[in-house]
Amino acid sequence: MRGITKRFGDLVANDHIDITVEPGEVHALLGENGAGKSTLMNQLYGLLQPDEGEIVVNGEAKVFRSPRDAIAAGIGMVHQHFMLVPVFTVAENIALGAEDVRGGPLGILDRRRNRRDVLETSKKYGLPVDPDALVEDLPVGAQQRVEIVKALTRDVDLLILDEPTAVLTPQETDELLAVMRSLAEGGKSIVFITHKLREVKAVADRITVIRRGRTVGTASPDTSEDELAALMVGRSVSLEVSKTQAEPGRDVLSISGLVVDDDRGVRAVDGVDLTVRAGEVLGIAGVQGNGQTELVEAIMGLRALRTGSMALDGESLAGMSTKKILRSGVGYVPEDRSLDGVVKEFSVAENLVLDMYDRPPFGNALRLNTKAINEAAAERVTQFDIRASSATATVGTLSGGNQQKVVVAREMSRPLRLLIASQPTRGVDVGSIEFIHSQIIHERDNGTAVLVVSSELDEVVGLADRIAVMYRGRILAIVSPDMPREEIGLLMAGITGAEAEPEEEEAE
Amino acid sequence: MTTDVEAPPPAKESPEKKEDGFLTLFLKNLWSANTVTVTILSIFLALVVGAVLIVISDSEVLSKFSYFTSRPSDALQSSWDLISGAYADLFKGAIFDPASFQAWFNGTGTWQAAFGPVSETLTYAAPLVFTGLAVAIAFRGGLFNIGGQGQAVMGCVFAGVAGFAFHLPPGLHLIVALLFGLIGGALWGFLPGFLKARTGAHEVITSIMLNYTATLFLGWLILQKGVQDPERSDAISKTIAHSAELPAMPDPLRVHLGIVIAVGATAGVAWLINRSSFGFELRAVGVNPPAAKTAGMSVAKTYTMLMVVAGGLAGLGGATQVLGTADKLTAQVAGNIGFDGLLVALLGRNKPWGTLFAAILYGALRAGGNLMQVDVGISLELVTVLQALIVIFIAAPALVKAIFQLRAARSARLGASMAKGW
Amino acid sequence: MSRVSTATVENLTGVDAPDRFWNRERRLGAGVTVIGLIAAVIFGPLAESKTARFTLSTDATGAALSINGQFGTILFGVIALVLGAVMLTGRAKRWQTLLLCLGIAAFVLSFLCWQVAGKFMPLVDTLSGSVEYALPLILGALAGVLGERSGVVNVAIEGQFLMGAFGAALVGTLATSVWAGLISAMIGGLIIAAMLAVLAIKFLVDQVVVGTVLNLFALGVTGFLYERLMQPNALKYNQPPQMPRWEIPGLADIPVIGPVLFHTQVLTWIALILVVVIHFALKNTRWGLRTRAVGEHPTAADTVGVRVRGLRYVNVMVGGLIAGAGGAYFTLVSTGAFNKNMTAGAGFIALAALIFGRWTPFGALGAALFFGFAQKLAYFLSVAGSPVPNQFLNMLPYIATIVAVAGLVGRVRAPAADGQPYVKS
Repeated sequence: MRGITKRFGDLVANDHIDITVEPGEVHALLGENGAGKSTLMNQLYGLLQPDEGEIVVNGEAKVFRSPRDAIAAGIGMVHQHFMLVPVFTVAENIALGAEDVRGGPLGILDRRRNRRDVLETSKKYGLPVDPDALVEDLPVGAQQRVEIVKALTRDVDLLILDEPTAVLTPQETDELLAVMRSLAEGGKSIVFITHKLREVKAVADRITVIRRGRTVGTASPDTSEDELAALMVGRSVSLEVSKTQAEPGRDVLSISGLVVDDDRGVRAVDGVDLTVRAGEVLGIAGVQGNGQTELVEAIMGLRALRTGSMALDGESLAGMSTKKILRSGVGYVPEDRSLDGVVKEFSVAENLVLDMYDRPPFGNALRLNTKAINEAAAERVTQFDIRASSATATVGTLSGGNQQKVVVAREMSRPLRLLIASQPTRGVDVGSIEFIHSQIIHERDNGTAVLVVSSELDEVVGLADRIAVMYRGRILAIVSPDMPREEIGLLMAGITGAEAEPEEEEAE
Repeated sequence: MTTDVEAPPPAKESPEKKEDGFLTLFLKNLWSANTVTVTILSIFLALVVGAVLIVISDSEVLSKFSYFTSRPSDALQSSWDLISGAYADLFKGAIFDPASFQAWFNGTGTWQAAFGPVSETLTYAAPLVFTGLAVAIAFRGGLFNIGGQGQAVMGCVFAGVAGFAFHLPPGLHLIVALLFGLIGGALWGFLPGFLKARTGAHEVITSIMLNYTATLFLGWLILQKGVQDPERSDAISKTIAHSAELPAMPDPLRVHLGIVIAVGATAGVAWLINRSSFGFELRAVGVNPPAAKTAGMSVAKTYTMLMVVAGGLAGLGGATQVLGTADKLTAQVAGNIGFDGLLVALLGRNKPWGTLFAAILYGALRAGGNLMQVDVGISLELVTVLQALIVIFIAAPALVKAIFQLRAARSARLGASMAKGW
Repeated sequence: MSRVSTATVENLTGVDAPDRFWNRERRLGAGVTVIGLIAAVIFGPLAESKTARFTLSTDATGAALSINGQFGTILFGVIALVLGAVMLTGRAKRWQTLLLCLGIAAFVLSFLCWQVAGKFMPLVDTLSGSVEYALPLILGALAGVLGERSGVVNVAIEGQFLMGAFGAALVGTLATSVWAGLISAMIGGLIIAAMLAVLAIKFLVDQVVVGTVLNLFALGVTGFLYERLMQPNALKYNQPPQMPRWEIPGLADIPVIGPVLFHTQVLTWIALILVVVIHFALKNTRWGLRTRAVGEHPTAADTVGVRVRGLRYVNVMVGGLIAGAGGAYFTLVSTGAFNKNMTAGAGFIALAALIFGRWTPFGALGAALFFGFAQKLAYFLSVAGSPVPNQFLNMLPYIATIVAVAGLVGRVRAPAADGQPYVKS
């Protein structure tokens, strides 16, 4: 790819990027969130068209108008958000777009041949998939294998993997890295998009670092992590969160025997007991999709509980409306900012009172007090360093980090007993991460009980005073953040020391 | 999922960099695809298509097109006469007829005749304001209230029955009848709102079904003893008591108090949406229900309340129709005001005051259409076509822009921001 | 947009959480019990104790199934009651759909026994009438299936019907040919479908909004042209020939079914064949797989090279052709001339059939037949002088649909991307 430039309105997502991928190499594309990695690769895959620059495949300049062209040129991609139809079987998903058919123009599906192709590919590359399973019933790790098999059945020479490890346990990640290596040894090229330094160093042959839409350097895997991080962020960063020893007080939130179902009626939280104390951060570690979302939603009254009890300072939360829970001094930073956290069409000021609009001074049950809302907004914008053209700008025009600051500002601008922060820094730039982390610690030091849920182990280890590891709806263990990462990683994969349960192996 | 389309990239800057004078700047702005320009061009396009329809459906003019190549002037002349006659009538019937003003000044005519067209326009507009607001406010809360028709019918039924069944002093009777209309509509709005809130049933489907249920119910009701006019054998109800009628201007002007109430309702809805706590909730729920829920709002309650309010407004529209002009319940008493209200709201871009103006425009088209039908014999149905076409063009500003090569500007994109599945 | 949860499927611990007592089966059971009770306790005493004859012909003659009206009313009411009770026990989960259908059928039979007591009901006439009423509904619903399975909501079926009916009358009269009429009906439907497709797919206008507006547009255009052309000169413009009834020798002699299915208009056969073909194609062909993918997850389909918008265009347009043919029913089969707003909401009943039939061809067929039966019954009862107002029977399709979408009768699940325009990120 030569001189690739892509603009969205005024924003330059890619600014004259050059990148070359040799056959048989694993090429890592490193950069923080929003650096433009995915945008670049979406152009290579034909989903977006570059404004400038050209794509050269095997010495031939190509124009990809759609993924069809890219596939024809031997390029495959595994997207960050899986591109699988949930109600289709694995075989149907893999067949889609490259169906085996008979009956000429009638195009009748040849399911048997299709199934055989899937099994062949799966066997050849050592990626076990069940062709007849419905995708929506599969765990994330298996869905990812389906995605990879889907790309491989199309005889790709170049495979793009966009943030493939975000949803995997450390062990699954290692397996994936091994698969990548073996594919590269088989002559295929791999572009590996990530922001995790450890993985890059483990697998990449060459590293290209992207920052704010520009290539800022290429590196070899023996570059140190600190150097890579500095390249990625543009300055030296401390990934540690500075904090003092916690002084835990009374039990603020106590949960026992909690059982919650997910949207499909499948049990997601399976008998959780948990206590969060005043003045401490309890971190919940675990691979995404192990019931953390449902647990937090249940605490917030957003999801019905099947059985069990939850109490805030002894007062039962079960059956309370979300509004009442928020009013009783619980702050909530939801995990999906753009869906649950902010109303993008609303102004910054309106978003800052999203859960307080009907309380004095911002308004009452009948009407709003616009003046008070705007005055408070101006104050918060300075206090929380929210970079917006004005408090009346719609939140949708802000960057991810600043949107998250709006949420944090809203939730922390009233007296709290408990703060729940789910994935507080997902999709947020490094500067905002540091700011948000320090705010969370500040809240803890004020004596608030804090519950942090994150699928980034680094974040949990950095913030938490105690770590609860969640696996398949249960808290497997509560450990100290000083415990070695590998052991926490094993717990995240459901392996509890010597008594590893065999059935969990085959379930994957 | 909301899908806002980014405006296409701005056209390349013109190479010569001249200082733009005020006038050129003004013209440039005017010609950029802003809301007003798109609206006016949409109306123009609709009239053009309407003109084509007029010509191709007139056998006399068509016969002249058969020798178009030899004498094109014949065909063009007669087409022009037909179209200009029709559209002149549309204008005269809707706004004012110079001839009747002339007559008034000369003392040969009355002021009533001179203001007749405006009176007609406002008379037709009044119920449309209510049904338009019923759609617009629901839109702001993320619901597509296609059930305005059924709600208006129920408003007619309740207000009508209250109008002839009760015997109350004037004034009070009118208020009670209007309230009944409001309650009837609110009830019919409550059902889809409640079902949406409780079970997630899509409001479009339930309210379409309720439209027909309401119409069938009305058809049954006016044949029942105690409702049907005892002196008639056909489907018509008793006449509404004078005490329940909306006070009107002296005959032959028909405009009545309904339009005043409609303006009041517009102001009320505007306040409700922009300044009230409920408005904050409904706007939040309208664009992002999960975030509203997370912030502690009750999405279910908001949906239900919203549909009650919307239904009440449409019910008032029905009541205005019965108490203002119709006097009796018939199977067709609500006409098409519910569906027209939908077009009105879309044209008004779901803003309260926009809806008011759109309703007046549609009222004008209807009033003018009447004169056109009587005078040049062009069916009133043309007005329906024009109304639908205007909204089609408005709904796709990109289409209008493409036709007129407009400069891209921020333009209100209607509907697309709430595109969603069942 | 629901978040995909990947929480565990298997239950590892023994934490007990009681299931909700009023699960779907019990709620349905309660419903069936209630209608059974209504039938037995209210209809029963009202019914006359006279013989109800269901003749196997189009009139009062010939062989007939007979039953004492009051006895039958109570009997079938009790059957419904028992079926409901079985469901209430919560032990017949596997059979709940069957039990539900049987329960409703028993209720309908009970109602018929009450109404027909002392009279007769010609079954052949009733059935062929039901099929005839259902005919446009089937075609309209199929049009909806094509559009909505690929993610385009089609509320404009009513408009397509109207344009189809108008086109069939106009061209059919001018060309004095039924087939020319049928073809132009399809083109009429295609015009509305094309407008829907362009506005919804290209210009991204909300599909429900655009469909509604197009209905009004079609109503206006056909009404306008009707008043300008057809009304003044009906002989020249509005006297289309009628579609002939064809008979398949042999098959047409089968009692009851023969005359209903094998001695009828070609359009009925076309509709039934289309149901089978579309069902098979959706399930087993490349087109079907891609259509379903585009309707469920267009981005996924796009990333494997499926032309999302192109496929949607094709499906909506083909749907327009089919719905247009459905419109031809009104002028070429049913009444013999075009009239203003003659479809009177049939397009919306077709939409209801589509939803009631859960977006599948056979489901839509079943729902259309059920709604057709309700309409025929309403007609039959009003002619027979029943105390039940026909307006209430005519409400049946609408109320049934409300009940269906409210989730009281099984979960109705639309294609995930239905109604969402596809925009590349």
